[in-house]
Amino acid sequence: MNITVDVNELNTEFIVKLNGEIDAYTAPKLRESLFPISEQDNVSIIIDLTEVSYMDSTGLGVFVGAFKSVRAHNGEFTLIGLSERLRRLFDITGLADIIDIKSGTEGGLE
Amino acid sequence: MSQVYDYIEMKIPAKPEFIGVIRLTLSGIGSRMGFAYDEIEDLKIATSEACTNAVQHAYKDLEKGEVKVSFGLYPDRLEVMVSDSGKSCNFEEVRQGLGPYEHGQKVELLREGGLGLYLIETLMDDVKIHQHDGVTVFMTKFLEGEQVEMDAKTVST
Repeated sequence: MNITVDVNELNTEFIVKLNGEIDAYTAPKLRESLFPISEQDNVSIIIDLTEVSYMDSTGLGVFVGAFKSVRAHNGEFTLIGLSERLRRLFDITGLADIIDIKSGTEGGLE
Repeated sequence: MSQVYDYIEMKIPAKPEFIGVIRLTLSGIGSRMGFAYDEIEDLKIATSEACTNAVQHAYKDLEKGEVKVSFGLYPDRLEVMVSDSGKSCNFEEVRQGLGPYEHGQKVELLREGGLGLYLIETLMDDVKIHQHDGVTVFMTKFLEGEQVEMDAKTVST
């Protein structure tokens, strides 16, 4: 019932590995980790959700906020490693058409 | 017509760190009743959303508060009730502007919240919201489709 945020930086590319649950309790921590990065110019943020076991609308809100901020600073924002469950959440909310998503093994970093 | 059912009730402090505790309980109840994995995950999200609303909106002006979550276990369905005794908010107002994002929407205009109620209504079979001193969300999910085998190994919670 917690989350770890692991950020790997290579020039302007940031790979953010998340592990745990994203809910009302952990979302503020995630937001604090992502926003300073998202406010830099021309960054590419890749968020790996492979190890995320639970997520609800609080997580979607954080990702939408970070996505907007990245785009406003001419950067790129990509989600990878989504399980079928997570993918479904983005599908039913319509976010799958808006945010760049690579599901499952398609974009895995393993 | 009255029906025999089992009833479970929990009260948690209106703090976000306890919403995960409700999810753990719900996993246990859902697998005990024979809900499929995906249905249990739907239940967890919908119930968490209701708890998040209760914690975040109903108590924003108060120091302390409680959220009551009750489960009615029927042979064919699970009813989950999430209620707070905080200040009532105008749910019709909250409802406005809810719903999925639309393709082609301008990025800078994307909402960063307000999906909770939409997810509850999408993931549950029946949803009712009552306003009194606080707000109570009644949600029902019916047992159907492919269910976990009754003699299958216990789903870990």
